[in-house]
Amino acid sequence: MRSLLRLRSFVQPYWKQVSLAFIALTFLTLISLAIPLIIRQVIDQGLVESDARLLITAAIILLVIGIARAFLIYWQRYLTERIAAQVGFDLRNRLYDHIQRLTFTYHDHAETGQLISRTIEDVRSIERFTGNGIVELIHLLLLFFGIVILLFSANARLAIIALLPMIPLVLVTSNFGRKIGDYFLKVDNSLGELSTRIQENVLGVQVVRAFAREPYEVERFNTANRILYNARISVIGEWSKIMPTSHLLVVLSTILILWFGGNLVIAGEMTIGGIVAFNSYLLMLAEPARQLTWLVNMAGEAVAGVNRTFEILDIEPEIQSPADAVTLPQLSGRVQFQEVALAYQGEASHALCEIDLTVEPNQVVALIGSTGSGKTSLVNLIPRFYDVNRGALLVDGIDVRDVNLESLRKQIGIVLQTSLLFSSSISENISFGRSDTTEFEIIEAAKAAQAHEFIESFPAGYDTIVGERGVTLSGGQRQRVAIARALLLDPRILILDDSTSSVDMQTEQLIQKALWELMQGRTTFVIAHRLSTVHRADLILVMENGQIVERGTHRELIAGDGLYREICDLQLRDREKFHEEVRVLDSPAATTYPSPKPQGWEAE
Amino acid sequence: MTTLPPDQDIVFKGYDPEISRRLFAFLGPYRWRFSLAMVLMLISSAAAVAGPYLVKVAIDDGIGTGSIAILRQVVIFYLAIAIIQWIATFIRVNLMAQVGQSIIYDLRSQLFIHLQDLSLSFYSHYSVGRVITRVINDVGVLREFITWALLAVARDLFALIGIVIVMLSMNLRLSLITFTVIPIMIWGTTVFKKYARQNYRQVRAAISWVNSVLAENINGVRVVQAFSREDTNYHYFRDVVNQNNLDANLRAARIASAFPAMIDFLGAAATALVVWLGGMAVIRSVPGAADTITPGVLVAFLLYISRFFDPIRDLSRRYDSFQSTMAGSERIFALLDEPVEVQDAPEAVQLPKIEGEVHFEEVSFHYQDIDPTEGDQLVLEEINLHIKPGQTVALVGETGAGKSTLIKLIARFHDPTDGQILIDGHDLRHVSQISLRSQMGIVLQDPFLFNGTVAENIRFGHLEASDEEVSAAAQAVGADDFIQRLSKGYDSPVEEGGAVLSVGQRQLISFARALLADPRILILDEATSSVDTQTERVIQEALARLLHGRTSFVIAHRLSTVVNADIILVVHDGRIIEEGNHSELLALGGRYFHLYSSGFED
Repeated sequence: MRSLLRLRSFVQPYWKQVSLAFIALTFLTLISLAIPLIIRQVIDQGLVESDARLLITAAIILLVIGIARAFLIYWQRYLTERIAAQVGFDLRNRLYDHIQRLTFTYHDHAETGQLISRTIEDVRSIERFTGNGIVELIHLLLLFFGIVILLFSANARLAIIALLPMIPLVLVTSNFGRKIGDYFLKVDNSLGELSTRIQENVLGVQVVRAFAREPYEVERFNTANRILYNARISVIGEWSKIMPTSHLLVVLSTILILWFGGNLVIAGEMTIGGIVAFNSYLLMLAEPARQLTWLVNMAGEAVAGVNRTFEILDIEPEIQSPADAVTLPQLSGRVQFQEVALAYQGEASHALCEIDLTVEPNQVVALIGSTGSGKTSLVNLIPRFYDVNRGALLVDGIDVRDVNLESLRKQIGIVLQTSLLFSSSISENISFGRSDTTEFEIIEAAKAAQAHEFIESFPAGYDTIVGERGVTLSGGQRQRVAIARALLLDPRILILDDSTSSVDMQTEQLIQKALWELMQGRTTFVIAHRLSTVHRADLILVMENGQIVERGTHRELIAGDGLYREICDLQLRDREKFHEEVRVLDSPAATTYPSPKPQGWEAE
Repeated sequence: MTTLPPDQDIVFKGYDPEISRRLFAFLGPYRWRFSLAMVLMLISSAAAVAGPYLVKVAIDDGIGTGSIAILRQVVIFYLAIAIIQWIATFIRVNLMAQVGQSIIYDLRSQLFIHLQDLSLSFYSHYSVGRVITRVINDVGVLREFITWALLAVARDLFALIGIVIVMLSMNLRLSLITFTVIPIMIWGTTVFKKYARQNYRQVRAAISWVNSVLAENINGVRVVQAFSREDTNYHYFRDVVNQNNLDANLRAARIASAFPAMIDFLGAAATALVVWLGGMAVIRSVPGAADTITPGVLVAFLLYISRFFDPIRDLSRRYDSFQSTMAGSERIFALLDEPVEVQDAPEAVQLPKIEGEVHFEEVSFHYQDIDPTEGDQLVLEEINLHIKPGQTVALVGETGAGKSTLIKLIARFHDPTDGQILIDGHDLRHVSQISLRSQMGIVLQDPFLFNGTVAENIRFGHLEASDEEVSAAAQAVGADDFIQRLSKGYDSPVEEGGAVLSVGQRQLISFARALLADPRILILDEATSSVDTQTERVIQEALARLLHGRTSFVIAHRLSTVVNADIILVVHDGRIIEEGNHSELLALGGRYFHLYSSGFED
């Protein structure tokens, strides 16, 4: 329950509304307490003494109280709902902003479904509690003490008897409160697990079908489903014990009063009106007692929610602009890696080590190497998506850890391996990195990325909505929009991560040509598998196991006897074979042309 | 970024008896427990109604007449009733928990099983988010309703009827006085219902907008950070999307607060009326005359008035929950009703162990549920093919020519519109899907891995495989090296975001997975596009071993992967325009020649 205290800073800004709600409630409670007093007067004086005027007065007072109550109920309810909605609003804003500023390292390990369910569902259970819960809790305490005082002033002996069942009630309820938070956490977690099962099954639907693993998937789903079932049953199991018990204890109070109070009346020590009023006060405890269970239940849900949301909010983004950050001026584009090493969280081996590299402004650097050799890791350091574990990365001579992140990233254009677009119009996707663009600039960028033509072929042109409920772009089209998006920034540093692999060959060549133009006058890092892209670079880096094993120009490296030469041989072989085949075709002997098997297959 | 508010899936149209009927069908297996819970509910409701009456008897007959004996009887009786109510409630809540949770379990399970049968085209227009909303949230609303509201509505109705009967039998005049406020209440409730319904829709739409904007931002977080869009996105979220949610909630709060205030006021008015008119009647009544109102009756009446308004307030609050339940159920059943495109025929047989001969006879295909926004849909026209066991078939052609569709037909992800496909002479439509696909291996362009360890992902292809078999498969495709270098080797977790594994590495794992399945027919859909040249060589050598003795279909952009195939099919606009081996097609000097030559031109 202590974790609820963490909500303080979120409730504090609304202290005025909270106090107003309390005031409304206090008045509500006070005038409600008056009702049994009036009824008692009605019975003892109005009825027994046949005082008609008193009856009318009482009726009018009751009506006035009714009107006042209606207003107070309205305001109190509205204010509590409002507090809840505002706290939820603030909390969601905080979460949204916090999540989008968490580093790549965090998102590498995070599950989208979990983050969403925390921002939506967990905040909702916190909302429910901060609005209704807090105010009602105070209300209950107020009511409880008010009633207790009234009961004691009416008849101390009866009051003690009537309140006896309240002792176990408090004990049972607090015990319930302790347990229920854990149960809800279990429910929340198993719900999260269930979502993950569905998400995976849907995203991996082709794999599941392809391997005929539907029964296995159903079994896994039902296991999670069963865990959720059990978690729910145990929550309700607790609930089924507490709910009737608290009701029973309140009824027990009434029974005790009837018995002992009745005896007092018969003995002439009390009036019937006195008993009735005493009993009405007691009945006023019935509702709070029932609500107390609800409230504790709600608090339990909120505790689980608070724990889950603050789990996210407590994570400091590892990468932030330092307090005294340097705002970078227009870069010339020199990039230096000094003895850089990088290891991913939870991974023992280094993703990068001993990277020493200086790239002069406007140079084009090509990175090649086998899958997992560290090419992407290397370029990810330049916009400071990850921090180096050792060494330093300098841009124009300044350590990236000392600069304002925005001023750095605004000058870097990136096309990632998987080009993600947002579900808005194409033109908004292209202008994603800049808010001050003209239509002309957007079209120019699209033209440069070879995207203009297909965009124009859509009926809505640049206003075409892409994504879930819009047009589905093919992989190649998405990639070209992503390239246009990077180009519009007119970046000083351009990073192209394997940007053309899912494009067919003709399109690839178109894009290559355009990109080559665009690389001019910028420092460019390009990761590619094809030699046609690589061989024109000013500097080629061959990577293996997180290290740069060879560097130089195409001419220098091809002269050597290293990995690069080997890769070139492999790729050139295909090309030579083609030329050879064409030669064969041109010759008259082509009719008896034998089926050539390339070397890779001869081993078979 | 002006991400648009999502469309409402289905707007609640009103009460639909068909939906209730289908919901009740889910209740079927648990009807005895449900009936028992109903009976217990009746018992505890009766006990609750009896309370004030017993108080009245205790006051009038016991305390009023000074009879301790009667008072004792009443008190003991009240105690007995309270204990019965306690037991009844305990059992009832547990029973309903079982009934409710079981129904929810069944419903989710049935939804999930149905999802396994739906066609792939279904998934192209139904996003993950929507599927999750159906199976988690909509079913969740139903859970609340079944567990709590269903019986509560019954209880409220019983309580209301019971209280009305008791009031009427106690005193007709006082009852009629109390009921004078009912017309106002009906009017108020009607107005409230109208607004509540509107608010419900707006609040729901608002939160699902928040949901989708959030989801998109999380999925695209790397792009957001790369382009420094955090501030812009935050302001958009705070000032537009989340603000819209706040406004919708505040509007709803006004109405939701006004309603109980009104009900409370009507209760107060009824109390005042009873005190005044009833009190006068008590004063004027002649003892012994008919229709006497004793002080006890008046007290009991005042107690009943508050109990009379409670269920009414409750019922109108349930209207909200009832409405969301109906809307949710409608969406759930709509999903359950999505037609299954490919189904096992009733007389489907198990496909015996196959050789791998594939026959296309006059096969044509077009997608049935064409999404109008998706533009051109692929159509295959009159495909005739005869692939012998063990042959390697390469498919080449432009994006969108129909290559993927063709291989999807072999795996029977779709059924041909015309013609038939035979494997070892068995028409695919006459064999069970499981027996077909368990003899097939498919590696897709997007190497999807599941949450779990590397070993688990490889083992997905053959659940009973030993650790040695798993690592042998990984070695065969050249994945063993990098897996060994991971901190936990084969037990390293594969995560959703996954910087730890590159796309190429994921592809290698999916290769190992396919190899472990040891399929008779192997399908590779652009499976090597993200693998670098060296790795590709490694894989090709592995593939050469893998393909040996299996019928295989390979789609590749890189012609270097294609040249060794026994048969190359050039697919264009849904037709096979060229067919033959590499040298034959080159000699043809047609489309293949052009594709091949453009691959090496700079």
